Amino acid sequence: MNNEVQISCRNIWKVFGTNPEDFLARHNGQPSDEDFVNEGYIGAVRDVSFDVRAGEIMIIMGLSGSGKSTVIRCITRLNDPTAGEIDFEGENILDVTPKELIEIRRHKMGMVFQNFGLLPHRSVLDNVAFPLEVQGIDRATRNARAKEMVELVGLGGREDYFPRELSGGQQQRVGIARSLAVEPDVWFLDEPFSALDPLIRMEMQDEFIRLQKLLKKTIVFITHDFEEATRLADRIGIMKDGRLVQLCTPEEMVLNPADEYVAEFAKKAPRGRIISARAVMGPLVDTVSAENGVNATTKIGDIAAQVLNSDAPVAVLDDNGKPIGAVDRAMITDALFGEEG
Amino acid sequence: MTVTASDPGAGAMKNSIGVLLKKHTLLAQLVGITAIGMIISMVWEGAIRWPAELVLPLKFWLTDFFKWLGKEAAIGDYKFKEFTRSISWVLAQPLKWTEYALFRGIKMLGLPPIPWVAFVIGVGILGHWIGGVRLAIFCIVSFAYLAVFGLWKDSMKTLSVVLVSVPFAAIIGLWLGIWVTRSRKAAAIITPMFDLMQATPHMAYLVPIVILFGFGQVPAMMATVIFAMPPMARCVILGIQTVPSDVIESGRMSGCTQRQLLWKVQLPTAKRTLMLGLDQVVMQTLAMAVIASLVGAAGLGQKLLFSLQQLRLGAAVEQGLAIVLIAVVLDRLTQAYAYRQPQHLLIHKTWFHKHAHLLTFLVVLIVTFFLASFWKELAILPKKLTFTLGRDLDHVVRWISKESYDYIQPVRDFITVSMLIPLRDFYLWIPWLVVMGIVGVAGFYLGGLAVAGLTCFLIGMIVITGFWVPAVLTVYLVSASVVICILIGLPIGIWASRSERVARVSMSICDTLQTFPSFIYLIPVIMLFKVGDLSNIIAILAYASVPAVRYTYLGLKRVPEVLKEAALANGCTPSQKFWKVELPFALPEIMLGINQTIMMALAMTAITALIGSQDLGQEIYRALPTADTGRGILAGLGIASIGIIADRLIGAWAKERKAILGIS
Ligand SMILES: Nc1ncnc2c1ncn2[C@@H]1O[C@H](COP(=O)(O)OP(=O)(O)OP(=O)(O)O)[C@@H](O)[C@H]1O
Ligand SMILES: [Mg+2]
Repeated sequence: MNNEVQISCRNIWKVFGTNPEDFLARHNGQPSDEDFVNEGYIGAVRDVSFDVRAGEIMIIMGLSGSGKSTVIRCITRLNDPTAGEIDFEGENILDVTPKELIEIRRHKMGMVFQNFGLLPHRSVLDNVAFPLEVQGIDRATRNARAKEMVELVGLGGREDYFPRELSGGQQQRVGIARSLAVEPDVWFLDEPFSALDPLIRMEMQDEFIRLQKLLKKTIVFITHDFEEATRLADRIGIMKDGRLVQLCTPEEMVLNPADEYVAEFAKKAPRGRIISARAVMGPLVDTVSAENGVNATTKIGDIAAQVLNSDAPVAVLDDNGKPIGAVDRAMITDALFGEEG
Repeated sequence: MTVTASDPGAGAMKNSIGVLLKKHTLLAQLVGITAIGMIISMVWEGAIRWPAELVLPLKFWLTDFFKWLGKEAAIGDYKFKEFTRSISWVLAQPLKWTEYALFRGIKMLGLPPIPWVAFVIGVGILGHWIGGVRLAIFCIVSFAYLAVFGLWKDSMKTLSVVLVSVPFAAIIGLWLGIWVTRSRKAAAIITPMFDLMQATPHMAYLVPIVILFGFGQVPAMMATVIFAMPPMARCVILGIQTVPSDVIESGRMSGCTQRQLLWKVQLPTAKRTLMLGLDQVVMQTLAMAVIASLVGAAGLGQKLLFSLQQLRLGAAVEQGLAIVLIAVVLDRLTQAYAYRQPQHLLIHKTWFHKHAHLLTFLVVLIVTFFLASFWKELAILPKKLTFTLGRDLDHVVRWISKESYDYIQPVRDFITVSMLIPLRDFYLWIPWLVVMGIVGVAGFYLGGLAVAGLTCFLIGMIVITGFWVPAVLTVYLVSASVVICILIGLPIGIWASRSERVARVSMSICDTLQTFPSFIYLIPVIMLFKVGDLSNIIAILAYASVPAVRYTYLGLKRVPEVLKEAALANGCTPSQKFWKVELPFALPEIMLGINQTIMMALAMTAITALIGSQDLGQEIYRALPTADTGRGILAGLGIASIGIIADRLIGAWAKERKAILGIS
């Protein structure tokens, strides 16, 4: 993964109300939570800053109404932020002209919506080809490209169906195909799977992972589902009341939640799949041998059986096979179930 | 469940206490206002009848203004008259060609019109394409009726006006609708104008049109286009505004420009609502095309008008049936088209498959044209081959009315003498000042100062322009009819909500009745009741009771199951359940239905003027031949004002109530 910054948000605010600019100005750009309540303004996004690096999957989580969608909508300019700066590939996206914005959307951004947002009067193929059509690409080219995308998401043979004739999961595949048709640099997904039932949701997550392995996009992904987040994320950002409370890897989040609110989210996490041996190991003890040792990056869920069955601590090895620490039963159980008390 | 059930209950309770408190001050105020008004009117005659010398001569000003506009107004050398002429010309062109095609033929080139046989089959093919075999058969039978009963040419005249007016009205409505969704300013100006236009009866449009454009087919079309356009615009606005935000945003993220978003995303997604708008345009156009016979538009309407005037009721029945059939065919076609959904199976068919209907029609057309050059009967059905039951029907009708008259007359006279006339005299006795006060107070409680101000202003205008008496007579007719509408409509609506079968039957009757142009309802009324106030009321009743039934049914249907179950669980008897749970919940919807009934009743009073009345409708009707524009327009606006007052009072109440009950 290269670490080039693709999107950079600096102190963005999005305030809803009668005169948001004035409201921000009156409070020197830093209204407190009481100010919002007192004056009846809604602070959908409050002073949020973060970077998204090229090729990473960043997931935003938070309770309903915490401002997740609004953040994405600020970056895509579906909403204009009240204050702040957003750089998209080095360009200040808040300064671009409407024409340039359309060009950026046509070539650099793709977005998937919770309720699919398909055009009911167009067939699957025409829906997928739609972003190409509005660019003025000729029918043969766009249909060929659209067909490719339809195949990619596994809907080959249904090109002529209409959205109404498809199941929810299939409709969202169309939404995904459409958002990918223009080969965007950044892919935004706003709760793409939450309108689907659990089984289909799992299937679509696998599909998403498969696609990402193939395409390696930069992704900003919103979800309500912590499991989903831990399955997919490089980093997770948690939002609360418009503020970004913590942004880090799932492992850090589980081990060191910034506050109660984050801890509450992390509680539901499948710890065995998130925490690695390195994070729980103790100092190297003499009794262990490199033989039967485990790699430091292995998730503890995968070594739990081995450690629990062994009376002695198990060695933890770095990538060169050199022991750097050891884990024992107590460490594993503590990590798996969280330290009590 | 108890929580969900008791929650609105508690709300309603609090609310009803609030209402009770309000009611008492309200009652006191109403009594006070009435007393003050009565006292003033004892001292000052003018509070009962506005003194003639104080009447604002607005109607003369308006008349003069329109005369001036029609004759002299000019910008530089360019006369307004020339402007109206060029509009007429633009409208006349497509009309001319449509008439050539439908019934005139092009004599110079020796081309006949489309043979009636081809036309009938063509409508059948259209019906099949849109809605399948049943619709096709219905279309064919209906249009064959027109030919066989010798009404072909008149039908084609009416149809020409409809066919040409519809695109104009639809396109103008589309553009206005789009404009309103784009610009706040446009919305602020246009929306209230539409409110006013839709509350103004058809006939009032004809009056200024006659002055500016004269009599005949083209002025009729002008009026038709203007009248039929607002519903289209409204549906466009509604359609665009209800496109799901996900769909719009996905369009924007796909990189649509504003224009692409409108034409490729919003309008196609709103197709169904747009088509319902088109359906309304078609129905309004037909209704207007019939009424426009009053300004000399030829066609079925004119024939019907003559028949009615000469009391040839048999012929009137035949012509009325023709109008009804055309209306129902047009309605079913547009409705079926609106509800058509795209299906993937259709895409892979060959070109021939896809255009099978069109090709069939072309073949039929060519074959009939060819055959018609041998057998003229195929082109235009000669009179001797048509038949009419007019005369026999006349006898039947006369017999019916004579036989029934013995029974109906005493009833009619009894109702008229002992109920209607006292009611009318009572209405006329109330000083306008008292009416204004009562309505003002009611308006204040229901909608605040703005509504109170508006309603008082409208009443004031009616008074000082000298239309108080006809306005009161209008209210008298309308209120009597609406009460009966409610007495009939509510029980039917309630019955329908209890029984699936009744619901099916009554709703389909309602659907059909609603497509009939209002003019039609005069026929049976004249037949049975002759002229008089009661006839007016019955005609209004026939036309306006549909919404009372429909909204009652819908309102009761919408009562949530949990509420009913909770009521039963709380030990309500079925009748308690109905009176204490269902009816209060459905009441706002029912009130909206009554509001709608009032609107339709008002529109109908303008039509019943044809069979004699002394209300505002009659003022419009009399203004027509005498080109008394001011009188016609003001009377029309008077009807609109009454409608707007009712709407502001009842509509405001129903909306607030709905919000309180949490029904959207
Ligand atoms: N157009 C708007 N006008 C006013 N308030 C808005 C608007 N859009 C969003 N909000 C408010 O901003 C806050 C954040 O909304 P947002 O949609 O970003 O939440 P979310 O985290 O995406 O929630 P969910 O999980 O329900 O999608 C909410 O309180 C919402 O009511
Ligand atoms: Mg959201």
